[in-house]
Amino acid sequence: MKISRRQMLILLPAAAVAWESVLAGTPEDSPNYKMTDHWWGMLIDIPKCIGCGNCVRACQTENDVPDGFFRTWVERYHRTDWPMTETGPITTNPLIAPEVISPKGGKEGFPVATDESGKYFFVPKLCNHCADSPCTQVCPVGATFISPDGVVLVDQKYCLGCAYCVQACPYGCRYIHPTKEVADKCTLCYHRITKGLTTACCEACPTGARQLVDLKDPKDPIHEFLKTHTVQVLKPQMATGAKLFYNDLDGSVR
Amino acid sequence: MSVFKDAGHLFRFAGLFVLAFLVFLVVRHYVVPKSFGQYGHYRGAAIDEIAARPVKFAGHETCETCHSDVADKKKIGKHAHVNCEACHGALAGHVNHMMGTDSPAASAGSGAPTQLADDPSLEKPVLPDTAVLCVRCHTASAAKPKGFPQIDPANHYQGTSCKTCHQPHSPGIDAGGAK
Repeated sequence: MKISRRQMLILLPAAAVAWESVLAGTPEDSPNYKMTDHWWGMLIDIPKCIGCGNCVRACQTENDVPDGFFRTWVERYHRTDWPMTETGPITTNPLIAPEVISPKGGKEGFPVATDESGKYFFVPKLCNHCADSPCTQVCPVGATFISPDGVVLVDQKYCLGCAYCVQACPYGCRYIHPTKEVADKCTLCYHRITKGLTTACCEACPTGARQLVDLKDPKDPIHEFLKTHTVQVLKPQMATGAKLFYNDLDGSVR
Repeated sequence: MSVFKDAGHLFRFAGLFVLAFLVFLVVRHYVVPKSFGQYGHYRGAAIDEIAARPVKFAGHETCETCHSDVADKKKIGKHAHVNCEACHGALAGHVNHMMGTDSPAASAGSGAPTQLADDPSLEKPVLPDTAVLCVRCHTASAAKPKGFPQIDPANHYQGTSCKTCHQPHSPGIDAGGAK
């Protein structure tokens, strides 16, 4: 077979491409951790949370979260009793509009509450690590994704900082890092859970209000817990497939 | 060959098209990272990069391997479920100095472990101030769950430190009391 100079010129780059992918081979798998064996989430036990802010501080330490930004934060809700006036109940529905505070994300705790009326509770918030996450779907460059073990991550080397994902997250869990100028968010302490540790917030929580759960682990107590408790996710109507399970969540939480 | 008569310009154009496509493939090959598309529409290597970040909280299992005396004391008290670093702060550096290397943090990553001086006292935890630490959780507030033990710092103790009556690792006064 005779190959002309022109044919050679066309064939050479094609052959180079093919040879490069032969050389690259298949990447080596991590010896201890198999992504396909896990499907991570978190359980938040509302009645156990005391609003101490240990989780917020631990997260900031573990992940170098800049001041004024939060990968996790705690909100305090106060659902006041329905106020009655002489002419009957007022028209503002306290069920729909509870009083919510989160001073410095709850990092330094909360002011002492003296008003005994109504219902108080703390709601720790963080990335819901949605199985059908809106934030990963809008990324124009493929810089944010759901890992094979169900954690929503950001590739900060690839992120352009367009902040489309910040707008897309229905839970407000993302921010643009002030110095890196790329999207930043909770990684569910991916560098810890892949080493067999729990997340920094779960490690620091003094009451066990936060529990890291592995939904693919048949021995994980979450399976029994989900059967025996009233567990909800935030904004279920958005069908995000959130994996942040709240036990005993009040209906007023948005 | 009458069909291809006067069709030379079409072949030249087709050749140009094929060439442009090959140039595109070559450029794409160098521009798109190798691991892109390994698991999905993203750079697969990013997962390993994120997993390789150093750990700051060592985890209570790690603490208990050396400080088993404290672990035993804590196990019988009310603070059994409070992990060490909830009060003492992040102490992976202390452990790394103990091991003489930062390998626990680097083991899952590509970074080679750094040799450190084999002396945990180089990064010793600061003894927490109980006057600040205890009230952070135990200050009475109507917002806290009713079953949680709470005190009013203004009335509960007068100028004394919490440690005078409560031993933080097992705080019940009956279960050991002052140390």
